[in-house]
Amino acid sequence: MTRKQRRFTLIGVSLTVLAIAVGLVLTALEDSIVFFYSPSDVVEKQIKPGERFRLGGLVVDGSVKRGKGTKVDFAITDTDRTTSVRFDGVLPDLFREGQGVITEGQLDGNGVFMADNVLAKHDETYMPREVADALKKKGVWQGQSEPAAKQ
Amino acid sequence: MIIEIGHFALILAFLAAIIQTLLPLLGTYRRDNVLMAVAVPAALTQFILLTLSFLALMYAFVISDFSVELVWKNSHSAKPVLYKISGVWGNHEGSMVLWVLILALFGTLVALFGRNLPPGLKANALAVQGSISVAFLFFILATSNPFTRLDPAPIDGRGLNPILQDPALAFHPPFLYAGYVGFSMAFSFAVAALIEGRLDAAWARWVRPWTLVAWMCLTIGISMGSWWAYYELGWGGWWFWDPVENASFMPWLAGTALLHSALVMEKRDALKIWTVLLAILTFSLSLLGTFLVRSGVLTSVHAFATDPERGVFILGIMMFFIGGSLALYAWRAPQLRQGGLFAPISREGSLVLNNLILTSAAACVLVGTLYPLVLESLTGEKISVGAPFFNMTFGPIMLPLLVAAPFGPLLAWKRGDIHAAVQRLYWAAGLSFVAIVASFALVERGPWLAPFGIGLGLWIVGGALSEIIFRTKLFRAPIDETWRRARGLPRSAYGTCFAHLGLGLSVLGIVATSAWQSEKVVAMKPGQAENIAGYRVIFGGVAPRSGPNYKELVGLFTVTKGGELVTRLNPSKRNFTVQKQVTTEAGIYNSVLGDLYVVLGDKLDAGGYSVRVYFNPLVRLIWIGTLVMFFGGFLSLTDRRLRVGAPKRAHAAAHPAPAE
Repeated sequence: MTRKQRRFTLIGVSLTVLAIAVGLVLTALEDSIVFFYSPSDVVEKQIKPGERFRLGGLVVDGSVKRGKGTKVDFAITDTDRTTSVRFDGVLPDLFREGQGVITEGQLDGNGVFMADNVLAKHDETYMPREVADALKKKGVWQGQSEPAAKQ
Repeated sequence: MIIEIGHFALILAFLAAIIQTLLPLLGTYRRDNVLMAVAVPAALTQFILLTLSFLALMYAFVISDFSVELVWKNSHSAKPVLYKISGVWGNHEGSMVLWVLILALFGTLVALFGRNLPPGLKANALAVQGSISVAFLFFILATSNPFTRLDPAPIDGRGLNPILQDPALAFHPPFLYAGYVGFSMAFSFAVAALIEGRLDAAWARWVRPWTLVAWMCLTIGISMGSWWAYYELGWGGWWFWDPVENASFMPWLAGTALLHSALVMEKRDALKIWTVLLAILTFSLSLLGTFLVRSGVLTSVHAFATDPERGVFILGIMMFFIGGSLALYAWRAPQLRQGGLFAPISREGSLVLNNLILTSAAACVLVGTLYPLVLESLTGEKISVGAPFFNMTFGPIMLPLLVAAPFGPLLAWKRGDIHAAVQRLYWAAGLSFVAIVASFALVERGPWLAPFGIGLGLWIVGGALSEIIFRTKLFRAPIDETWRRARGLPRSAYGTCFAHLGLGLSVLGIVATSAWQSEKVVAMKPGQAENIAGYRVIFGGVAPRSGPNYKELVGLFTVTKGGELVTRLNPSKRNFTVQKQVTTEAGIYNSVLGDLYVVLGDKLDAGGYSVRVYFNPLVRLIWIGTLVMFFGGFLSLTDRRLRVGAPKRAHAAAHPAPAE
């Protein structure tokens, strides 16, 4: 093999690996990303049943109802609109009424969000960023109050 | 008083770092040996001052001095001592001090053990190292001073986030940082070589041990983080493709590539330009990791610093170092001589393939991590890129590497014989084939690809052992000759063997637990039982219990198999009184075949509790594999050849050479 051929082999293999990688990334970006919507987005963007997305907002006070077994119903609001959510499983430790939450799943035919995942955030004072932004847009977010002692 | 000394030491360290940067650079420019030699005492001074500063901060945490704002925010008097100490780096400011301390430690090690280094290279490398210190110390002093006082001092602190109060997580950040920062050595040496315009095999011999140490630390750090996520988050998973996990995984991938390419450079004087680029990229990814975690741009557990000013600052540091080094590279690299030719099928060729795949894989992870940020800043659309993306891209890209891994060590340098390599791998292929057939026969559920995954894992394990078996003539020669040969093999051969063996074990664990995990979410009342993977889990009710700084509700579970008692598991829900936060502690029983994993959920209105039960087959192999990889790295490190100071250089340094 001459020097030139060797170089061609090397460049050829590199380009092949690179092309495969780019191809995979592009396909995956097409298929496997999940959008985040607030309850208002769900109405405004007319999300169709069956489309997978993340729904975030505040858990409506008094909306959490336990069903049979581990089933649980609750509602998520951005203070403007509200979406009902159904979930079967164990809720994360920080799930509480009045607090921010993100769920992942899809709408059924009746506009109920069938969540298969309720995301846990691990800090008490921490509001999921998407939720905070969505609430800010609605003008109801006051921001996290910094401790008064900070000077 | 001690706090003020700590603060003062931090400022002095900043000045020492400035001296460590400027004088040696000037020295190499003027070819002044005295100025160049300043790098060594400057590096030592900087390290001692930073140690003082760090100890002062640790002291404040241990005695719970709440007049220090950082202590007040992140500690509490009722916290166990271990977590008072780990609280030092369980926050933004303290962790940055630790970051720079480790950076200075590496610099000091070069200063102390680098006696045999060419003086110009050493001075430049220490200067570059110093400049990184300057940038980060300036960042700390300007935006994140850990020594800020509160007056009047509060009575008690706010406590460390309970989820971080865990032994594995206490030591996770130091290892991770040692890994990140360790790659700065390769970076500094690369930039120093570019400044000097000279790059030879000795350079690679110098860089490799540092890269190896960094890689080992990062491996353990990532592994600890994953182990923590496994038992602390209570989801039975061990890797979530969370951006913060990715931030540490990218430098690991690039660093692994760097280890392999430095090998080619050292042995064959080839791939020089590429190795230098890789050294720069690896550290750039480490900086990116620091940026992603510290700037708060990511929605994640770890992003505690939600101050954009800091983010912009670190972004500036990052642009300076990455941009500067890449510009220097573009300017200087063409002047470096290309070395050693090799055929596509050869040890070099296989290592090039390794590098190609690892860097492509790192690039995929990078795209997946940054794409949501870029898209949001461009269009305002919020998306999440999760496991499906990485499974679709990372998996297929890594697959050929895993298949090819056993071939590498069996191919000769320059021109390899693929047939000979295949012959030596017959038995590994056989083992793998048997495993595939056996898994098809034994396991009736799960994806059809899974048995092939098991075969792949065993193929790597078998392949790793092949080289040693072949070189010691095991079973083909009398046992005493095998023993003699085994003792004669260089440690680095065993290092490779163990590193690849560990990879194989991890693959086995990953495949088995991803494909055959059993999960059940059930509502259980006391006295009820649930069957999973041959075990019978009986719920006996709950009992309250209190710990040093929490109260918990413990689930009482009895596990039986075939009517006989196996173990009792006590998963709990902990309520940390100071932070009013609840955490989940899983109850885990590990058998040879896998982990039985029980989590206590919420109290249900109808009485009883929701309970999650998992069986995770072979899951521990994932972490055992990383430990074996770590051990492989350690063996390589102790290899005589790699011990600091190549013979040639030692000779040269014995008689101080006049400046060129």
